[in-house]
Amino acid sequence: MNHHPYQQASYLQTRSGYDWLWAALLLLGAGYVFSQYQALMDGYEIGILLSSVLVLLGLGWQWSALKTFSLTVTTFSLLAISRYGDDLSLGETSFLLKYLFASQSAIMWMSALYVMATVAYLGLLFSGRLFVGKVASSLTWSATAMGMTGLMVRWRESYLMGADIGHIPVSNLYEVFILFSIITALLYLHYEQKYQTRSLGGFVLLVISAAVGFLLWYTFDRHADGIQPLVPALNSYWMKIHVPANFVGYGAFSLAAMIGVVFILKSRAADRNPQGFINARLPDLALLDDVMYKAIALGFAFFTLATILGALWAAEAWGGYWSWDPKETWALIVWLNYAAWLHMRLTKGWNGKPMAWWALIGFFVTLFAFLGVNMFLSGLHSYGEL
Amino acid sequence: MPPSTVRILLRFLGSMNLAITLLVAIAIAAVIGTVVQQNQPYPDYVFKFGPFWFEVFKQLDLFNVYSSAWFLTILGFLVLSTSVCVYRNLPAIVKDINDYRENSQRSALLKQPYQQTFDQSATLADSLAAISALLKQHHYRFRLKQEGNSYLVAAKKGTASRLGYIFSHLAIIVICVGGLLDGNLSLKIAEWRGKIAVETRRIPASEIPAISTLGDDNLSFRANVDIAERGQADLAFIDYKDGYLLQKLPFTIQVDDFRIEHYPSGQPKSFESDLTILDPATTQAFKQTISVNHPLNYQGYTIYQNSFGDGGSKLSLKAWPLTTAQVAKSLQASVKAHTPIDTQTLEISDFRPFNVNPDPSGAKKFINLGPTFQYKLRDATGIANEYITYMQPTQQDGRWFYSSGMRSKVSESFKYWMMPADTNQRLDRFMAFYQGLHNPQKLQKLATQAANASKAAQQSDLKQRQAVAAFMVQLGQQFASGGYEQIASTIEKTVEEPRRQQVSEIYAAALQQLLKNLYLDVLQQEGVKTEAGLSDFDSQFYTDAVDAANLGYLYASPWFFELERFQHIEATGLQITRSPGQWLVFPGCLLLVLGVFCMFYLPQRRLWLLVDTKDQGVSILLAGNAVRNRYDFDREFAGIAQQLNPTV
Repeated sequence: MNHHPYQQASYLQTRSGYDWLWAALLLLGAGYVFSQYQALMDGYEIGILLSSVLVLLGLGWQWSALKTFSLTVTTFSLLAISRYGDDLSLGETSFLLKYLFASQSAIMWMSALYVMATVAYLGLLFSGRLFVGKVASSLTWSATAMGMTGLMVRWRESYLMGADIGHIPVSNLYEVFILFSIITALLYLHYEQKYQTRSLGGFVLLVISAAVGFLLWYTFDRHADGIQPLVPALNSYWMKIHVPANFVGYGAFSLAAMIGVVFILKSRAADRNPQGFINARLPDLALLDDVMYKAIALGFAFFTLATILGALWAAEAWGGYWSWDPKETWALIVWLNYAAWLHMRLTKGWNGKPMAWWALIGFFVTLFAFLGVNMFLSGLHSYGEL
Repeated sequence: MPPSTVRILLRFLGSMNLAITLLVAIAIAAVIGTVVQQNQPYPDYVFKFGPFWFEVFKQLDLFNVYSSAWFLTILGFLVLSTSVCVYRNLPAIVKDINDYRENSQRSALLKQPYQQTFDQSATLADSLAAISALLKQHHYRFRLKQEGNSYLVAAKKGTASRLGYIFSHLAIIVICVGGLLDGNLSLKIAEWRGKIAVETRRIPASEIPAISTLGDDNLSFRANVDIAERGQADLAFIDYKDGYLLQKLPFTIQVDDFRIEHYPSGQPKSFESDLTILDPATTQAFKQTISVNHPLNYQGYTIYQNSFGDGGSKLSLKAWPLTTAQVAKSLQASVKAHTPIDTQTLEISDFRPFNVNPDPSGAKKFINLGPTFQYKLRDATGIANEYITYMQPTQQDGRWFYSSGMRSKVSESFKYWMMPADTNQRLDRFMAFYQGLHNPQKLQKLATQAANASKAAQQSDLKQRQAVAAFMVQLGQQFASGGYEQIASTIEKTVEEPRRQQVSEIYAAALQQLLKNLYLDVLQQEGVKTEAGLSDFDSQFYTDAVDAANLGYLYASPWFFELERFQHIEATGLQITRSPGQWLVFPGCLLLVLGVFCMFYLPQRRLWLLVDTKDQGVSILLAGNAVRNRYDFDREFAGIAQQLNPTV
């Protein structure tokens, strides 16, 4: 056979031993979940389980760090869940749970670590030292792992409160803020590794720190961190896909907005103070422009998917796929805004500063759709009231 | 139209500027629709904006933006613009998809944004083999074309990106058309042509005129109906503008049962209705239980669990007269029905079998305050106050009170009248006391006793004693009809300022004497021994009873209705829809997702490798372009160039 240097190995042939081990663990885990909870799942939920395995498999094989991340989260979660057994009150007495892995503790760890990571990333920006950058990345990974563990454990805790109370923890503002922080961080970490640049971290983590600030206010001032039973309308498998898809969108749009901020800063610095550290340390404009586009494209794709999933759910719960409910309407506004952005960029070839500003404005539109609607407008989506 | 005009028109309609303008216009209109609450009753708007702006906003259709003519026109233009855009671009895209551009000339390749030239020492065959392996490694598909001594390898990938454009834009058209089918455009047209008229009166379904009734041939609608347990309906109501339309159904819906399950905290866990569809077209009844998120599909109609309410619960009431001393009488009443009582009408609007509230003592505990019913009591002149009454007494500061709220305007909140419960947790003692205040004979008797018993009475004559007694009765009656407030205002009117203080004290002492005697009389009727003084409970009760009696006039009702027994009958709120548009919208959505993902994640890229044989080896011109993601293509192009020509 004619061996050639460019002879391509198939995708499966290029998988490492770690890839296969991880895949095996993933399948084993899913198989165990299926055998244990089969009786409680309907056809749709089995479908969701299967697709999550495939998606996770694809993501893990594509992005190696995710394998270690998911194994860590799994280990932490299993540790906590096995410690709990079926006694929820252990969360107050067991050291492991009370100080580490009980959902509220894990989420406190997440909050603290994200804030520390923000400081470290800003430190990197000012000092330019590689070591500081590595610390910042590790802190972000740790925070994300703790947050994810917190959500996993919370899921279990809700079932410990009562079989009929149990539900996936994406049902109120407290829970989705955690989800938002995690997803934004993961998206950022992916771009950080792919483009080998840590200087964006300080800006992206600012948004996450703001989310953490809200989370802490919501916990300590509003005491809204408790697990609440679901209202009947939310009690559906659709929630498992609609909400996470939406938050990939929100996360990506926030990421794009912060890259927009960096773009604006960098282009100003390049004009006014080319020798300054901002110009020197921030990534070059072409990269920023590209990553900003990628984040918006990703966000737009997932936001489209999420809105459609929401419409399908509404057709089942509210009697129509579209009711012009304020949340729906604002989702449409967000969608139209980014559709316009993408058209300008892809067909009109707009780029640079105006698009960066537009991405930043888009963030505020998104923010209103996410929070403002709950604060100022009433409607069917009144699950997370402020 | 001359061809040039058509071309200009098409260019305008398909232009990106128009598309962007429309996107922004729709976004702004949508914002307006969320700022002004949609589809509220018109009087609410008048109240909120004032009559002038109400009229302006109404003319602009701001109260139902999303079904207004102007909004639908913008949407229509978006569909048109997108259609023209697809129409204009489709041929080029279809051509592009199948075109490898293997006929490109050297001069064209040299104009590409990416290009590099280098020599290889390999033979032509080896070089072409290497190129083909390399392109496969990078997932390019290619064609080879020979022209003289030149070989052109034309490669591309990401064709689906172009398909993505078609899919996503077609999807928008399909979704909008589907949505339009399910919108109320047909209703608007029918109304405009005078075929239908909206009904705004609250009248029984049987009296609704034909012009406000839609037949069961209506293809698309969204209607609501409330059906009591064990009740039936073959119609539903469509909310339309400031009224409604009646929608006939080709079948009858029968509600066999309705259930609400609750979490321990009292929050509702599930709403379920057992339905039977009785269709004259088939003899077989179709049964299904529906709940939120689990609707019923029947021949293109979908029936949803939408809401719930009272379906005419039967209440057994005890009507205590509050302004006379007559005995209480029993009364049977139903929720959502009118029950006459003397000259008044009792209109019960709602009944709730329980009211779970957070426990005021601490977090995570809940207490059930028991059943309530809400009603209006309308007098002969048509004026009504609204009341809400708890069936059971509730605890406050360790004491038990019956409570009932009253308001004279719907916009106000209820003000509660708290009546102390007696040793048996009943109302009897308080009512005996309160009715005693409204019993002139009893007051006369007690006042005479009091006047005769006082120390001053020993010296005074009968006439003086009668005058004192008459004064006390008058005080008691003033207290009963207006509380301390009325006595105080009488003093203010009749007594000069310097003596008011002194007079007030005398009045208060006399009133207290009378009330105390009345209370002791009530206790004696009950059989309580009072000679040795009152128990703590009985004295506290007296204080609470006087407080309640003092405010009794504010309750402004000739009756207090005590709820003795009830039979709870629930009603389920169903939403019935028919939306054929969804068979366009859902496939359209799939197409949209497919299109969007293809567009962004399968970017189209082209490479050309023009291989020329030379004396020694070959020379290669590598050229390429990418529709988007230039940054990634930079790296891919550099990588490919590097692989082909490692020396650089």
